[in-house]
Amino acid sequence: MTQVPDEHGRFGPFGGRYVPETLMNALIELEKSYRHYEDDAEFQAEISYLLKQYSGRETPLYYAERLTEHLGGAKIYLKREDLNHTGAHKINNAIGQGILAKRMGKKKVIAETGAGQHGVATATVAALLGLECKVFMGEEDTKRQQLNVFRMKLLGAEVVPVLSGTRTLKDACNEALRYWVSNVHDTFYILGSATGPHPYPMMVRNFQRVIGDETRRQILEAEGRLPDMLVAAVGGGSNAIGMFYPFVEDTDVQMVGVEAAGRGVDTEFHAATMTKGTKGVFQGSLSYLLQDAFGQVLPAHSISAGLDYPGIGPEHSYLKDIERAKYYPITDKEALDALHLLSRTEGIIPALESAHAVAQVVKLAPNMTRDDLVVICLSGRGDKDVESIMAYTEGGGIL
Amino acid sequence: MSVITSNLLDETFVRLQEEGKTAFIPFITVGDPDPATTVDIIVALEQAGADIVELGVPYSDPLADGPVIQRASERALVRKITIDTCFDVARETRTRGVNMPFVLFTYYNPVLQMGLDKFFSSMQAAGISGLIIPDLPVEESGEVLALADAANVSLVPLVAPTSQDRIAVILSKARGFIYCVSSLGVTGERATFHEGLEAFIKSVKEMSDLPVAIGFGISNAEQVRQFSKICDGVVVGSAIVRKIEESVPLLQQGHSKEEGLLQIRDFVRLLKS
Repeated sequence: MTQVPDEHGRFGPFGGRYVPETLMNALIELEKSYRHYEDDAEFQAEISYLLKQYSGRETPLYYAERLTEHLGGAKIYLKREDLNHTGAHKINNAIGQGILAKRMGKKKVIAETGAGQHGVATATVAALLGLECKVFMGEEDTKRQQLNVFRMKLLGAEVVPVLSGTRTLKDACNEALRYWVSNVHDTFYILGSATGPHPYPMMVRNFQRVIGDETRRQILEAEGRLPDMLVAAVGGGSNAIGMFYPFVEDTDVQMVGVEAAGRGVDTEFHAATMTKGTKGVFQGSLSYLLQDAFGQVLPAHSISAGLDYPGIGPEHSYLKDIERAKYYPITDKEALDALHLLSRTEGIIPALESAHAVAQVVKLAPNMTRDDLVVICLSGRGDKDVESIMAYTEGGGIL
Repeated sequence: MSVITSNLLDETFVRLQEEGKTAFIPFITVGDPDPATTVDIIVALEQAGADIVELGVPYSDPLADGPVIQRASERALVRKITIDTCFDVARETRTRGVNMPFVLFTYYNPVLQMGLDKFFSSMQAAGISGLIIPDLPVEESGEVLALADAANVSLVPLVAPTSQDRIAVILSKARGFIYCVSSLGVTGERATFHEGLEAFIKSVKEMSDLPVAIGFGISNAEQVRQFSKICDGVVVGSAIVRKIEESVPLLQQGHSKEEGLLQIRDFVRLLKS
């Protein structure tokens, strides 16, 4: 398999750099700096130190025995990214980009956030590194995730509610990019997912691959062999690509991405980019996209604010097209059922995002045998979602 | 540089240069508030002295635009305006006697979804001579440029003060005119511009034989006058779009529509004075 992305930031036909001219120089500069530090031992050592001593890595690869027994099929492991400092995998990337920002001499950082996890991770790292921080968040999401808004403020960040468009994650990204255009000289944009213009999809993947690298080591230690299947939720796709990437060459390892089907892929209310999307240019790169026939981007829907995004990282589109990874939709209800199940069987309340991955395993595992090893990327913990879940329940939903 | 047949856009700049004039280039969002009114507005713009008009295609995610043009896009999208609507509007204005050249301003995705071949044949059929795609930098524009050349459509590049080393490459692929971005940031009115701007425009002019226009943030008559001295064209977008926004209540009532158009015409006349 060829190395992706190429020098133009292309993963096969996907990716690239479709941005206003005012950002081109900043992206080229960012790519140069990243390439420079990528192999710098001191830079890597600083990241490793913080991942270990600050975020608490490595995260456990936990054998979910009761869930395994309950489903009666494959042997299920959970990669516990929820045990990271700040409660999700987002900190891996925020630490990497934060240190890069500092090396580049930038004093200010900005970020977009949907569920608030990346915003919290960025605000945390900004506090740690002494950087000024602004987080753009769709107004709709600030309501759904009030606790995270308050956490970011506690950490000293400014939260900017975004009132344009659908007032969710995609509009927060637009607004962060617009702000960056005006402030490129002193501001570093810490992009949270494996999306956007080159070099972000590559850079975010490389900062997140620690998930897959550790999983590989841990499963070999526990089972003496590689897993049969990796399962991870995809919104933009950063935890999934971080989990998948170190296994891409191991073609016996199946890779399953799980996207949000919201109220169902045949309704207007979903975020199933792979199932229902077509190729398009959005927020800096060519990838699959939820859009109408005229190229207008469609609003996405998911109970999970982190998956509520009409695009997806270009490397996932590539993995789908070369049939290296498969992508399946999971509805709001299926995700909530899975959240319920994992909470009751294992005492672990997953983030709604991660619950989508669990739900897919609930479907697949019973048809597999105890000799099949499945690893779920449990990307985040569910504390932030408790209010949404309560609202759903009171609105006549399950539980 | 390959030989490009001249089109209405090139001819207009040549004529203005001979007359010692600077092109005044308003930007409007097509379909704001509705396509028929857009036709009337374009007629009014030409009456007010516009030399070229930029027709903005409304888009759901206008990354390069500030709040004023974002709102115009949202108003237009309520009416499901597409690129085809923009072509219809362009054709309709010709039947109303409008002679000035059109430059289509569109984000890349709507073009991509229409299909490049169909897009360029429609551009030609609609008599649109220029094209600006703000999220298609020179590195990604190879195929579009080849098709634009074949259709005799000028692919007008944006050049920013931060373009630096890339300016030479951008200019080598430029057609029609060079669109200099006045400042960092998105579109929208600005009170002041940074000091190095004049030197930046000068350096671009020295590097290319094409006309040089300036845009982003120019919003009053004084600024238009100031930039007319050093540029071959001045683009005014958000200030006019804001005027249209203010006139929407007038424009949408049959009895007050003329008054609304008159206000826009007077505003543009004032800008150009």
